[in-house]
Amino acid sequence: MARVVVDVMLKPEILDPQGQAVQRALPRLGFEGIADVRQGKRFELEVEGPVDDAALARINEMAETFLANTVIEDFTVKIEADEKAEEPK
Amino acid sequence: MTARIGVVTFPGTLDDRDSLRAVRIAGAEPVSLWHRDKDLHQVDAVILAGGFSYGDYLRAGAISRFSPVMETVIEQAKAGMPVLGICNGFQILTEAHLLPGAMLRNNHLHFICRDQKLRVENAETAWTSDYTVGQEISVPLKNVDGRYTADEHTLDELEAEGRVAFRYADLNPNGSLRDIAGITNAAGNVVGLMPHPEHAVEPLIGTGGTDGLGFFTSIIKKLVNA
Repeated sequence: MARVVVDVMLKPEILDPQGQAVQRALPRLGFEGIADVRQGKRFELEVEGPVDDAALARINEMAETFLANTVIEDFTVKIEADEKAEEPK
Repeated sequence: MTARIGVVTFPGTLDDRDSLRAVRIAGAEPVSLWHRDKDLHQVDAVILAGGFSYGDYLRAGAISRFSPVMETVIEQAKAGMPVLGICNGFQILTEAHLLPGAMLRNNHLHFICRDQKLRVENAETAWTSDYTVGQEISVPLKNVDGRYTADEHTLDELEAEGRVAFRYADLNPNGSLRDIAGITNAAGNVVGLMPHPEHAVEPLIGTGGTDGLGFFTSIIKKLVNA
């Protein structure tokens, strides 16, 4: 099975108070030098069958209509390497 | 003629009972609608009640928007049937693109529960005709995803067309752009708002006032005179 990752992020102009809260906490925890944090969502889709153009087009449609709300969010779709092809660690 | 007003129950809806009660107190016949049933059972208007439909797991209202009942609600709303979305119902209406914009996490990230003062900005919608423009009403507000957002162009359009139906009056509780608490579609049949008029329809509960009753009496007048 192939894995397709859909990353969803609030559009740059939309206020992200969750990201800001994380960013404000960082110096308290001793992590300096982070100027900004924005928080998003990552969907990992395990796809049955080949991830061909048709499958990708369906996933794009899914992301656009359901996984992301394009009024407030941007999304990217990318195919991850087949896990079975990786060397066992 | 008695108006039949339906109230949809999704899994996670909390305020369906209060909405049905408000409909009855105002003098219409309340009809329970179920999210998996496409059939609206000959109702004259629909209320999408508050709560956390489908747990708001993806985004508030995002999953409910694709429920079978919403297929019919969207179709009928576009054909002119009055639809009121309260809180989670408002979120569902934006997700369904029946109303523009989107609802985001409150700017302070906290769940708020308070009596909220609202200013009526549009008294010509199907759900607001019993109010007057400029009138201030107090109804309960309770949510965590209540920050209304839209792009500048959409906001300007809403303002220019008088489609901002309600604004937060004493303070903006969640960072909603331009203090927007409720909006209407261009035709005036679809209205969404974050605060809860159905919790302010009898003196014993909610704010102790009946400022919310106007939504339900407005729609009854509209339907009876139709």
